[in-house]
Amino acid sequence: MSGHRPATLEEASEALRSASVEGASVRAFGAGTKIDWGRVAPDPDVEIRTDRLNRVVEYNHADMTAVLEAGLRLAAAQEMFAERGQMLALDPPLGDGLGATIGGIFSTADSGPLRHRYGAARDLVVGMTVVLADGTIARAGGKVIKNVAGYDLAKLFTGSFGTLGVIAEVVVRLHPLPATRVTARGSSDDPTALERGAMAVSHATLQAESLDVAWQDGRGSILARFAGAAADVQAQAAARLLAETALETSVAEDDESLWADQRDGQRSADGATLRLSGLQRDLARVLSAADRRRARVLGRAGAGAFWMKLPDAPEEELVQAVDDVRAELRDLPCVVRDAPRAVREKIDVWGEQPEALVRLSRKVKQHFDPDGLLNPGVFVGGI
Amino acid sequence: MDLVDELKTICSPERVVTRRHALQTYESDGLLQYRALPRAVALVDSAEEVRRVVRACYEAGVPWVARGSGTGLSGGALPVEEGIVIALSRLRKILEVDLDNQRIVVEPGVTNVDVSAAVGPGHFYPPDPSSQIVCSIGGNIAENSGGAHCFKYGFTTNYVTGLEVVLSDGDVVTLGGKEVDRPGYDLLGAFVGSEGTLGVATKITLRVVPVPEATRTLVAYYQTTDAAGQTVSDIVSEGIVPGAIEMMDNLTIRATDEATHAGYPLDAGAALIVELDGPESECAALFEQVEAICMRNGATGIRVAKDEAERALIWKARKAAFAAMGRISRNYYVQDGVIPRTKLPEVLRRIDDLSREYGMKVANVFHAGDGNLHPLVCYDDAQPGQAEKAEEFAGLIVQACVDAGGSLTGEHGIGVDKKRYMPDMFSEADLATFQRLRCAFDAAQLANPGKVMPTPRLCGEVPGPYRQHPLERAGVAERF
Ligand SMILES: Cc1cc2nc3c(=O)[nH]c(=O)nc-3n(C[C@H](O)[C@H](O)[C@H](O)COP(=O)(O)OP(=O)(O)OC[C@H]3O[C@@H](n4cnc5c(N)ncnc54)[C@H](O)[C@@H]3O)c2cc1C
Repeated sequence: MSGHRPATLEEASEALRSASVEGASVRAFGAGTKIDWGRVAPDPDVEIRTDRLNRVVEYNHADMTAVLEAGLRLAAAQEMFAERGQMLALDPPLGDGLGATIGGIFSTADSGPLRHRYGAARDLVVGMTVVLADGTIARAGGKVIKNVAGYDLAKLFTGSFGTLGVIAEVVVRLHPLPATRVTARGSSDDPTALERGAMAVSHATLQAESLDVAWQDGRGSILARFAGAAADVQAQAAARLLAETALETSVAEDDESLWADQRDGQRSADGATLRLSGLQRDLARVLSAADRRRARVLGRAGAGAFWMKLPDAPEEELVQAVDDVRAELRDLPCVVRDAPRAVREKIDVWGEQPEALVRLSRKVKQHFDPDGLLNPGVFVGGI
Repeated sequence: MDLVDELKTICSPERVVTRRHALQTYESDGLLQYRALPRAVALVDSAEEVRRVVRACYEAGVPWVARGSGTGLSGGALPVEEGIVIALSRLRKILEVDLDNQRIVVEPGVTNVDVSAAVGPGHFYPPDPSSQIVCSIGGNIAENSGGAHCFKYGFTTNYVTGLEVVLSDGDVVTLGGKEVDRPGYDLLGAFVGSEGTLGVATKITLRVVPVPEATRTLVAYYQTTDAAGQTVSDIVSEGIVPGAIEMMDNLTIRATDEATHAGYPLDAGAALIVELDGPESECAALFEQVEAICMRNGATGIRVAKDEAERALIWKARKAAFAAMGRISRNYYVQDGVIPRTKLPEVLRRIDDLSREYGMKVANVFHAGDGNLHPLVCYDDAQPGQAEKAEEFAGLIVQACVDAGGSLTGEHGIGVDKKRYMPDMFSEADLATFQRLRCAFDAAQLANPGKVMPTPRLCGEVPGPYRQHPLERAGVAERF
């Protein structure tokens, strides 16, 4: 495998163009914190490292937008925004050495607890510059938060795992960083009570910033975090709602570590982690399915994204456990995230997709990367 | 069989419009400057009929345009001359209200307000275009419509979780679902805002949210739009996210007050409506802060809505802005540019200069939070050449927006009206990249051709010689 470390957009374009002339396969590499996600595929011929594409191209604090290069670490960007009382409302786990880069996060569409209020990466990106397989530099979207000119390719590229082009720059919309945050917590060993608690909060007029669930060893909690001018009043109100659904409640002002656990728990060094997409009314089912397997669950109780961590076990057993969970929760799309390579080799990490959707996805791939050079084989349907 | 006969067997003869005077109803959308007569209009009754009509057009090689309520302001639903119009307004069923999961599933012809009505009183659907009483959800999806409450709550694209789409070859595909964050390409995100060029949405799943506990509304008056603009920047930089912030300039105030008698002072240079919504405790705390910011920026008066009736009156003036313009000008052209908020004074000065140069008045209304300007260029089409001149002027306004780092359109779309300006905002490479998406969805280019892109483009064969990739040889990756 050969490597490039472009320092400019033009160098990135040249690297891709020359690879395409040689028919060499290419993948972008940020900090590598999620490089194993997706289907197992042989190493590409060329790797484009984004570590020198790490500038803040623009930070328009008064307009609350920023143009960030792909190799910039999210943590570094957040520090800069925080100095102005702002944030990029995206808080995925940052991985080793807080290394996660903008490019990696947007390519994988990773997210964290802030998803509840602010949406996912797709909802925060307002523009993007990409380099296509043939070296074409293309921009979509713009630098303003409202814009409907042209197709929304920034969303298409977000979560495309580098299979359509290399993300070089991302334009994001920013939000105010709340001065105060308070968390209400309600705990129980009854999955149904937890589901009811989460729904009581999400259906109330309280506007939570995050609404999460955590479950381990037969007991779990609903965590509702409130931010802003009346965070404490809202958290007290949420605690009352949680108490009404028979949860044991508490309110925490010093809540940062609770949420760090929620974020970091989305990753695992052993066992296998499944990410399930579901709805609010799926929560109890997911918790019960996890409990029977001594698995841990955390995720978004309101938005309906759950990470289920199956305990460490020999490969064959893990493969079986993944199949079992998928069979039991058949209607919930289920992606395998962190898992030993041997496990990922034996299953379709993306799960089954409807035929018509795969057909259309393939056409999209074919038009953006006709020679199939970009990160071949890692994505849904073998793309 | 002739295509029109086939449409008659698919729908039924009464639901296929072919008579000239009846076709005229469909010759324009909300932008009356453009007209074209289709060969026929199919008033479809079901998603299955949509699929069969689209398929029949595919086999006949005839282009078609989907039409919701026809309120679009960029000529998006303008028929293709001799093409087919697929009118969706009979598809008005609410298929499922799933409040537990905060979702609603509807047919595309359902109006925007009917969605909120179906999930009320506890929930609502936030994207609220001023045309919400008539415009269809399908049209909203195609345009990625916005509204007054989008600064805080987001746009259509942030609320659509699933779509059933009929592609131009008659294939039916489901993008997304009730759940969010599904694996695979975000084709749903790419479809929203694609202006009817990627297919017809026949079934739509939306996310809805609880109605806020409290709403507090005020309108502040200023001598200048600059002072009102600075107020917006200050509110936002203090970390306050109002439910809505809308601005009107003097000409708009005068026109709307005459129409609505809302009681805005006629000598005010600008009026700023600020609405906070959310939990009572939060609104109460922030409302005083907002009033203080208004005063600090030289507000000459502040009117706080005492009750729902007064709130409605304040909003009535804003919502009547387009319609009221008829009182001060025979004709007007609605522009829809976006700028970074901070460039407001600079761009308004440029519009002022142009207004003098062209000798035409401009009334300005803005979604101030997101920098979306709606300058209304006033003209009189009884005078020869005025309409063209107004259009040219409006074109210079959007160019000024793009030069200031903004966009050609915030919510009305490119359609036919603005396609010629696309090269001001996008390079040839950018446009060619858009075309790749278009070709993946609709290689035959039968779905609303002639919109969005500045010049016709072919899809042709996928470029590049066939080369077997090493992975493919190894059987690891497949080619398709
Ligand atoms: C007085 C007035 C005020 C307005 N205010 C606002 C506003 O505040 N915010 C805003 O964003 N817009 C506003 N608009 C513009 C317009 O109402 C919106 O663009 C609306 O979404 C159009 O909906 P429609 O059903 O009328 O669509 P149409 O005009 O019928 O069609 C618009 C486009 O959508 C396509 N389309 C329609 N249905 C489908 C479908 N099911 N699948 C695929 N494509 C489809 C059509 O082909 C066309 O390209 C306003 C218009 C008027 C007249």
